[in-house]
Amino acid sequence: MPKKIENVGCPYCGVCCDDLVVTVSDDGKQILEVENACAIGNQIFHHATGSERVKLPRLRQPDGTYKDISYDEAVDYAAKVLYNAKKPLIYGFGSTNCEGMAAAAKVAEKAGAVLDNCASICHGSSFLAIFDNGYPSCTLGETKNRADVIVYWGANPAHAHPRHMSRYSIFPRGFFTGKGHKSRKIIVIDPRHTDTAQVADIYLQVKQGHDYELFDAFRAVVRGHEIPDEVAGIKREKILEVADILKKARFGTIFYGMGLCHSDGRNHNVDIAISLTRDLNDFTKWTIMAMRGHYNITGPGAVWSWQYGFPYCLDLTKKDIAHMNPGETSSVDLAMRDEVDAFFNVGTDAGAHFPIEAVKHLRKHPWITVDPNICMASEISDLHIPVGIVGVEVPGIVYRMDNVPIQYRKVIDPPEGVISDEELFERIHKRLCEIEAEEAAKTEIKAAPEGVRAEE
Amino acid sequence: MKTVTLTLTNPPRLMLEGQNITPDNFAGKKAAEIAALDVWEGKQKSPLGKYFTVAGDGGATAEETKIVLRGDCTRVKRIGQQMTAGEIVIEGNADMYIGGWMKGGKIHVKGNVDSFCGIGMEGGELIVDGNAGHHLGASPRGEWRGMQGGVIRVAGSVGNDTATFINGGTIVIGGDADIHISTHGEGGTVIVKGNAKGRVGGQMVKGDIYVYGTIENPLPGFQRVGEVEQEVDGETATFTHYIGDLGERHPVSKGKTVYANLYTRI
Repeated sequence: MPKKIENVGCPYCGVCCDDLVVTVSDDGKQILEVENACAIGNQIFHHATGSERVKLPRLRQPDGTYKDISYDEAVDYAAKVLYNAKKPLIYGFGSTNCEGMAAAAKVAEKAGAVLDNCASICHGSSFLAIFDNGYPSCTLGETKNRADVIVYWGANPAHAHPRHMSRYSIFPRGFFTGKGHKSRKIIVIDPRHTDTAQVADIYLQVKQGHDYELFDAFRAVVRGHEIPDEVAGIKREKILEVADILKKARFGTIFYGMGLCHSDGRNHNVDIAISLTRDLNDFTKWTIMAMRGHYNITGPGAVWSWQYGFPYCLDLTKKDIAHMNPGETSSVDLAMRDEVDAFFNVGTDAGAHFPIEAVKHLRKHPWITVDPNICMASEISDLHIPVGIVGVEVPGIVYRMDNVPIQYRKVIDPPEGVISDEELFERIHKRLCEIEAEEAAKTEIKAAPEGVRAEE
Repeated sequence: MKTVTLTLTNPPRLMLEGQNITPDNFAGKKAAEIAALDVWEGKQKSPLGKYFTVAGDGGATAEETKIVLRGDCTRVKRIGQQMTAGEIVIEGNADMYIGGWMKGGKIHVKGNVDSFCGIGMEGGELIVDGNAGHHLGASPRGEWRGMQGGVIRVAGSVGNDTATFINGGTIVIGGDADIHISTHGEGGTVIVKGNAKGRVGGQMVKGDIYVYGTIENPLPGFQRVGEVEQEVDGETATFTHYIGDLGERHPVSKGKTVYANLYTRI
């Protein structure tokens, strides 16, 4: 009798849908059906048992092929790479649980590495804006229950967060929003007429890269000042009309995405969006939220901020001082400037996401990929270590895009012998400690490797 | 004044962090002691002498110490960081954070510098003969009190985010500036003698910006109020005067609202 598991969390996007129903075969080895998930979430579950999985770590051989090795050998290799590098970079964590992130941070601290997550090439600029200007945000539940005006700025949830609009923003009927879609005004601001723009009441086609000017115009209008006839390709009348809607809302939320974080100015676009949100709170209640990408990319920000005080781009090379300055300690900048000499790609695909020049620089040095699946990074690595899929085979804490932690669970067991990210990093940490002790024991005078304090 | 000459003879493979290369740290030390100061290459701590040959002793105090850097320092960061007095001359290029958090003294770079130079500066003088990267004279991340004082002069062009959160001091740019000048500024003066690309004075509360050339994308939050004749950096010229950023909060002083000023040369 197949077993139905209810209220399962989805390991795909930052919306973290937790209403999935997964049907598992009698023997608990096959996923038969996934209900309520979007097409992409569905695929993640089916991929776990419906495809050929890598079950052992694979080490690159001199002839260029991969050879299966044991987890012990892989852990030893990884620990030695980290120990010998002057400045290793550990990057990724888009798709793993907080337990794995905490264990990886332990390894990074021990190895004197730079620790970075996918926010570095995604919502990292939001962090910088939040540092500078605060974050008047709310939870998705508040938006669902209260919001009557929704702004999507530079975001396309119809494709990137398929159930965001139906679960939280546009369509659901909440406590004070009983009429659902009918009582809500939807404003979409994007240079492209996206599928999200098609459900909008008002669509503003901002000139690409000129969001900052449009925000400035909105702010000037909200404060009662004159603006030019046209700003960023939008007519003054239209700006006045939208500004009026924003001011008259009962509760509004601005959801913004890569359109702000990855066009010219980056953090400043988010920064001025936060300023506009603050201004609007002189009239009514407005909130702002980053459309975080992966289901647990908010996690490393929460976990590492708690551990080190910074959410990403952590330079831990000085061990007892955490330093953060994106532009210097961010992964792509480190790679482009040839500033790191070993690379750990964890639960993401730097091979596909990084600029090719950055990949070329990183590839000059040892490259280790930790990922359940075969991806571009795993195919160019020196070592590929497979792990269980979080949310499908491994349980754990994840943070939704509104910083709400959710306990994910597993629906099936991982393939035999495959371990979790957390266990892998704990084992690498243990091996690093052993290597350090072995090296320290070699000479009596030098109690610890150069540049490393003895007690660490 | 005594001169210490550092020549980079053994360049680092990664980047070198030379926060100890300041007159303050060199003062009162013999050449051999200077060569024993720490520098970092990633997690590896080494003596300065591993990378540089050191000639000459430091003066008795920072004021009496001059440091000359020879060789290609393109991969050396943090020279002159937090210095309070004395002089540094870098004969070629240098990397990031040159003159970061500096409080006094003078740094003269004869080549180009990378990003974050003069960030959080409180006093002194930073002169760059070539170009500078991004975040020149800006505030460190998350710090709302940016540059407090001192002078930065760049003969060439600069990248983006110049003078973010500037509070005081002067930045003079001989060439062009990329986007974002004096964003969130609350004081100080930035003079761009070339062209500015855009977002000049965004979210600015107080302070002055002069642009001699054109602004490709002016902000809607700045409003023209008239023309003025002013002396700027030793020469008098006529400027169009704008006030802004009208979208930002502005303090009221003696019954008058204080705005940031943007002047473009006519």
